[in-house]
Amino acid sequence: MSTTYTTGKQTEYHAPFHIRRILRRAIIYIAVTFGALLCLFPFYWMFVVATRPSGEVFSFPPVVVPGTLLFENIQNLLKMVPFIRSYGNTLFYALSVTTLVLFFDSLAGFAFAKYKFPGQNFLFGFLLATMMVPGLVMIIPWFVEMKFFGWLDSYKALIIPSAVDAFGIFWMRQFIMDAVPTELIDAARIDGAPDFGIYYRIVVPIITPALGALAILVFMGCWNNLISPMIILSSPEKFPLTVTLKTLVALRLTDYGALMSGTFLSVLPIIVVFLLGARRFISGITAGSLQGM
Amino acid sequence: MAEATIAPTYTPISKKTKFLRRYGMAYLFISPFFILFCTFALFPLVYTFWLSFNNWDGMSPSKFVGLANFIRLFTVDEFFKLSIVNSFVLGFMCLVPKLSLALLVAVAIHSARLKLKDLYQVAYFLPIITSPVAVAIVFLTIYGQQYGILNYILTRLGFHAVQWLVVSSTVKPAITILIVWHEVGWFMVIYMAGLQSIPQDLYDAASVDGAGAWASFWNITIPMLQNVILFTVVIDIIGELQIFGEPYILVGPAGGTNRAGLTMSMNLFSNAFTNLRFGYSSAQAYVMFAIISIISFLNIKIFGRSGLR
Repeated sequence: MSTTYTTGKQTEYHAPFHIRRILRRAIIYIAVTFGALLCLFPFYWMFVVATRPSGEVFSFPPVVVPGTLLFENIQNLLKMVPFIRSYGNTLFYALSVTTLVLFFDSLAGFAFAKYKFPGQNFLFGFLLATMMVPGLVMIIPWFVEMKFFGWLDSYKALIIPSAVDAFGIFWMRQFIMDAVPTELIDAARIDGAPDFGIYYRIVVPIITPALGALAILVFMGCWNNLISPMIILSSPEKFPLTVTLKTLVALRLTDYGALMSGTFLSVLPIIVVFLLGARRFISGITAGSLQGM
Repeated sequence: MAEATIAPTYTPISKKTKFLRRYGMAYLFISPFFILFCTFALFPLVYTFWLSFNNWDGMSPSKFVGLANFIRLFTVDEFFKLSIVNSFVLGFMCLVPKLSLALLVAVAIHSARLKLKDLYQVAYFLPIITSPVAVAIVFLTIYGQQYGILNYILTRLGFHAVQWLVVSSTVKPAITILIVWHEVGWFMVIYMAGLQSIPQDLYDAASVDGAGAWASFWNITIPMLQNVILFTVVIDIIGELQIFGEPYILVGPAGGTNRAGLTMSMNLFSNAFTNLRFGYSSAQAYVMFAIISIISFLNIKIFGRSGLR
């Protein structure tokens, strides 16, 4: 019995279209999930090492299940470094800078967005240009000046210079231009509202989501900052968490359980803060960076 | 009888007061930034420019030496040159996998319109929010000396164990893996945002014309994302050249065996704060500034005009 085939591409056998699509989706799912697990694994590992006796870190085969020794490890940690003090320092530093930055940046962004004044464009361009200077280049100049001011070994040197930042102003200006209707401000002015009142009662409530995202960004930056505190601070009881952990590593001790419990504790607040605001934070980041182009 | 109207008295207001009344608040609001910038950035920058022509150890009076620091940087100083090479090599090794992986994952999640997209974003973004110190410490234990968990996996897969942080040839790959892991999510999120701005019609039209997934990736996605990709390349290079925390923790301040992990920033740090040579390191900082600026400029030139090919 002969079967007639039609000519042309229809004779080639392709798997039915929907099977191919399902297959492709499955592969993508698996690959992307594998990547996500890779991203998450070191955190899991951190928790495992933090809850196990130190000697098991390098056992072959490795132990991959969390243990029960978290508190013991923390106690050992506290014997070695002033960890709780360090926690307080970091919190103080991060909160101070965050509040200052939120206030000053939104104020300046408001001025650039909704006011007209001579030299506005030049000043804003200047502001943008300051973002071009790599942070690394600023370290030595900053240190030398702190020496002049007598601010060595003090958090003043870390907090005050960071109280305003160009990127935040840029971002605030963008957001305010988009989200705050000028008519609202004009109406308030007609009613006789003072400038600062307009800022406080009209602008701030509207830009709260952007403030939230900026706050997380700044807080994170301070919490994770290593280089500046390392350079400027010399008393161990003033160290923030990053420097304390680095000191632990430099001591080359072998109590990895304690070290990892410290690392874990230092990472925990950031993760919690992030998870609470994750979606808004990510969308804020993308909006901000896309506008940079 | 016309009532005498009393004209309001006109008090002349000086131009200066008028100016201040009209614009004062605006200037006040923006002043914190400029005051702080001039005090804590501009002035020190200028001062250290002068300092780069001197020798100073922070205590004794500085001594003018003219161009000696710069000459020494480019001729005698082995570690400086090595650190530049290291930074560039490391930067390149990190840049390519990082951005490619970020792009691939972003496209994968976006095009397949996976559910749980937000969950994936959070998972990939999690490494970024942690400090370089913390992640480097975790990776210290993953790499280990001989018996880290990574080596265990390798031996089970049939490879030899590698002494990642000890052998100088594996130091850079070790740092690369850490940095790529640390930063992929950031770029992935940016690319995903960029992908959302590409109109779906383009893909539909292409598939009607018979384009497969790969073809539409090369011919639609990449050109449409051109600006975004350029932006991330420039940003990334500037960041890569300044890496400090990760190599510092993984292999120590000196850069490990044969100084394979000595980056520009680590070298600068040790010149300034370990050797207390502030004049010399000021010169070094300015040279680095020039290098970074030139690279950024070149990047924009090369990739901005001709597109990504």
